[in-house]
Amino acid sequence: MQEHEADATQASPAREVGDFLRRRREQVAQRWADEPLFRTVFTVSRDEAVDAGRVIVDALAQVADAQRIEDPDAAGFTGVREQLARMGAARSRAGLSTTQVSSELAALLPPVENLLVADLAQEDPERRRECATALSVLMGTLRLVTMQTALSENQALIDRQRLQLLEVATPVIKLWDGIVAVPLIGTLDSARSQVVMETLLNAVVDQHARFAILDITGVPTVDSLVAQHLMKTVAAARLMGAECVVSGIRPAIAQTIVHLGLDLGTVKTRASLADALGYCLHELGANIVNAPAEGAVRR
Amino acid sequence: MSEHYARPVAGHVPVLRLGDVLLVTLQGDLHDGMASQLQQDLAETIAASRVTGVVIDISGVEIVDSFLGRVLAETAAQTELLAARTVVAGMRPAVAITLVELGLTFPELRTALNTEAALALLAQPVVANRPDGEGRP
Repeated sequence: MQEHEADATQASPAREVGDFLRRRREQVAQRWADEPLFRTVFTVSRDEAVDAGRVIVDALAQVADAQRIEDPDAAGFTGVREQLARMGAARSRAGLSTTQVSSELAALLPPVENLLVADLAQEDPERRRECATALSVLMGTLRLVTMQTALSENQALIDRQRLQLLEVATPVIKLWDGIVAVPLIGTLDSARSQVVMETLLNAVVDQHARFAILDITGVPTVDSLVAQHLMKTVAAARLMGAECVVSGIRPAIAQTIVHLGLDLGTVKTRASLADALGYCLHELGANIVNAPAEGAVRR
Repeated sequence: MSEHYARPVAGHVPVLRLGDVLLVTLQGDLHDGMASQLQQDLAETIAASRVTGVVIDISGVEIVDSFLGRVLAETAAQTELLAARTVVAGMRPAVAITLVELGLTFPELRTALNTEAALALLAQPVVANRPDGEGRP
């Protein structure tokens, strides 16, 4: 193995594979077009599949020439990355799991390998074995690149959806002139509480709100981190000249807070949103009174 | 003494007198030197003119660092000593978030949404103006 490495400079297995791929470009593309991966992605015409196959073979040959068959970041892959992502995404949409897509990609290897072995029939067996190994390494890298691209697409989708979730999950409601409320639903992490804080403070400015109610009825648990976020929001609102009321503290949560020894002393709290609204209205001087019981008088 | 707010010199922040209240409007970037100067100007003006309240409008301030934050808190404390009340009005959301993230919550500082609310706050009787809102009528 050692001496092979030494004299590999004039015609390394990777180079050999590159030459082979260029020589047999047409045949490889034709064979790939019959594989399930290409057949199912390019349903319209076979020519399209063959074209796509040619592009990928070219990219592989380029990577092999650059002697970087093990490197998924090789320059040769840049051009086909989008194509591979489209193929991977199409298979995922068809309901295939990642493993199934991966094995469909693996199925691209045998046709090429057979061609290669047939091509190098005259070479000595050791050389043939090396070339076959180089080819399968190259195909493995192609598989890796495809899966990588598909996964990063998925990650981008998740990031986008998380952003959308942040937006929809924090509406600021105007309850009265000068009173706004944010019903918090779901677990509060630092990213969400940051968004809550920003939207609430902006609403305070826009609506000239003297009172802001943070309703945590929908927050399943309150730990020290959530409590800290709440205190920060309350402090920031106070700095802007608005008063914050935290409402919707369920008995279990009240117990947890006391057990954890959290000091919410600086925060005004009420049991329900109705209580908080009542408090704010009282502070604004707009008290709610029952309508005179006319019905009772007439009866 | 009155020239401190009558003729603002370069490097000074104008201090306007409206009846019993002094109004200071901060705009844009405030250098540390100007902030300290303002603190001094305010103390002298209050001592000389016997006002009962100071409104510092910071709605035009985009960035407040810990130094300016401390100057605001100190100004409030020193006007308290001179028997006047300070209200900081119109803090921007971004500024409030920054201060809270810096750990500066200024529990003693009186705040208001805007200058109008600040003047209304100062018009209320002194006992009713506990900063935590407990004593609001």
